[in-house]
Amino acid sequence: MNWNDVFNFSNYGELVVLVQNSLIAGAVLGIVGGLLSAFVMMRDLPFAVHGVSEMSFAGAAGALLIGLNVVIGSLAGAILAALLIGVLGSRARDRNSIIGVLMPFALGLGVLFLALYHGRSANKFGLLTGQIVAVDDPQLRWLIGTAIIVVIALLAIWRPLAFASTDPELAAARGVPVGLLSPAFMLLLGLGVAVAVQIIGALLVLSVICTPAAAAMRVTASPRLVPILSMVFGLVSVVGGILLALGGSLPISPYVTTISFVIYLVCRGIGARRNRHGWSSRHPAAMPSAETPASA
Amino acid sequence: MTSASSAPTSGAAASGAGREGDGVPGSGPGTPVLRLSEAGLAFGPRRLWSGLTLDVAAGEFIAVLGANGSGKTTLLRTILGLQSLTTGSVWINGAPARRGSTDIGYVQQQRRIDPLTPLRARDVVRQGLDGHRWGIGLGRGRREATRKVDAALRSVGALGYADAPVGLLSGGEQQQVRMAQALVADPSLLLCDEPLLSLDLNSQATITGLIDRRRRERGTAVLFVTHEINPVLPFVDRVLYLAGGTFRIGTVDEVMTSQTLSAMYGAPIEVIRAGGRILVAGAPDSGWHGHHSETDEAGG
Repeated sequence: MNWNDVFNFSNYGELVVLVQNSLIAGAVLGIVGGLLSAFVMMRDLPFAVHGVSEMSFAGAAGALLIGLNVVIGSLAGAILAALLIGVLGSRARDRNSIIGVLMPFALGLGVLFLALYHGRSANKFGLLTGQIVAVDDPQLRWLIGTAIIVVIALLAIWRPLAFASTDPELAAARGVPVGLLSPAFMLLLGLGVAVAVQIIGALLVLSVICTPAAAAMRVTASPRLVPILSMVFGLVSVVGGILLALGGSLPISPYVTTISFVIYLVCRGIGARRNRHGWSSRHPAAMPSAETPASA
Repeated sequence: MTSASSAPTSGAAASGAGREGDGVPGSGPGTPVLRLSEAGLAFGPRRLWSGLTLDVAAGEFIAVLGANGSGKTTLLRTILGLQSLTTGSVWINGAPARRGSTDIGYVQQQRRIDPLTPLRARDVVRQGLDGHRWGIGLGRGRREATRKVDAALRSVGALGYADAPVGLLSGGEQQQVRMAQALVADPSLLLCDEPLLSLDLNSQATITGLIDRRRRERGTAVLFVTHEINPVLPFVDRVLYLAGGTFRIGTVDEVMTSQTLSAMYGAPIEVIRAGGRILVAGAPDSGWHGHHSETDEAGG
């Protein structure tokens, strides 16, 4: 093994210019992925993320084969997956079995399309494990456009979605359209996954749309801080991963996933320490028995 | 919102349970907080109850008892507008019941909350105030919302752990937070569905005490579904008992008798009063054997 493959920072300045599009796309993905992660964790959807990303991969591979825009193929696959999972799997148990059935079929389709494709071989692996110099200008516009839609829609449904994700029965009683928010979120998730597949590859989407919020939730329970920290973690993982990958000749994925994982480990450590020593935000001096009138 | 001046004293069951609620009830000082008019509910051929007419006045505390599957939870769901009655109508403060009414506070039974849930106690309460609104809630009115949340937490004695993750609180503390959540929007009707289930005796006393104080101070009417009347016995104005496809409404002394319950169940039921407690022997799944879940209740 040659360490120059892993880290080699000669001509770094020139390389950064070459991957400018990827860096922008990576930053966008970090933000979208971080926001989506928060709800993926609250709604217990990591497996769905993985399922949707394999469908997205199949779509992208199909587009590659017939010479269409790969981003559009990826979006089509992800939206189809999100709708199938949203319609067929409203209950958690149904959902998991449907994903388990769809995922290998989609992956198989994707492999078939790639086997039939006779273009540049780097494109093939890129869809599964990510690539650096993959994003051209039209693709970047698609990615940014998709990301803007996801972010605006998420902000619009933020409060009721959070309510429905944490206490669906009460949310329904308060008039929240719980049954509509579920497929709506799956659709947004599908769009976000399609963006992620372009950059980090279908196999590793979870490191951007799951790990950041999983890490953030270890260190805070504030519903405002979780998405903010999650976005920061996502951004650092993707952009940091791309910048590090430039120095070697490896795909970006191992760098992104490693940074993401290390952030998670650090947060877990902090969280464990906090659980041992207690959450400072709890004031034992003002316990309820001291305040509640003994009216019973 | 009900003005505090209309808060009655204990036992003042001011409303006429037998009054027929035909026509549209107007809204005014004498308007019942909750009116059920000839309400009936059936699932296919199975009739849970019918002809249920009930006016609940401000500040009144009504315990809803009955066998499993007698439609107690379903009754609450119709009041919440989540389910339609088969016959009759439900009115809240003179208006037909509808989904998402802010006139109603709703407390469910204690359930385990995942320790990693990204909500602090104050965030749970905040959901009761504006969790159903669109957007992210960063606009005007934030300070006012925070003030209301703090006031609600203080009123249930939960201000001390307002910033603690709700998943790390004890079951009793979580129920106090749920109480604050149900009360933060200042409802005129509080619906409680087995809120004491799986709580220790101290926490039960805290919760029932909070509810009683609220209805006395603010005139909040209370509909309290429970399988065990004893924890709320000192506070109950009237009992609504559902069983055997029928119902009885009246004071504890009127309803909780061997004769009445035996007639409803069509089986010999023994009601024993001992040491200020009421023991019901012989009722099929009436909760005699202690705690059990109501989640299998029909339609619930």
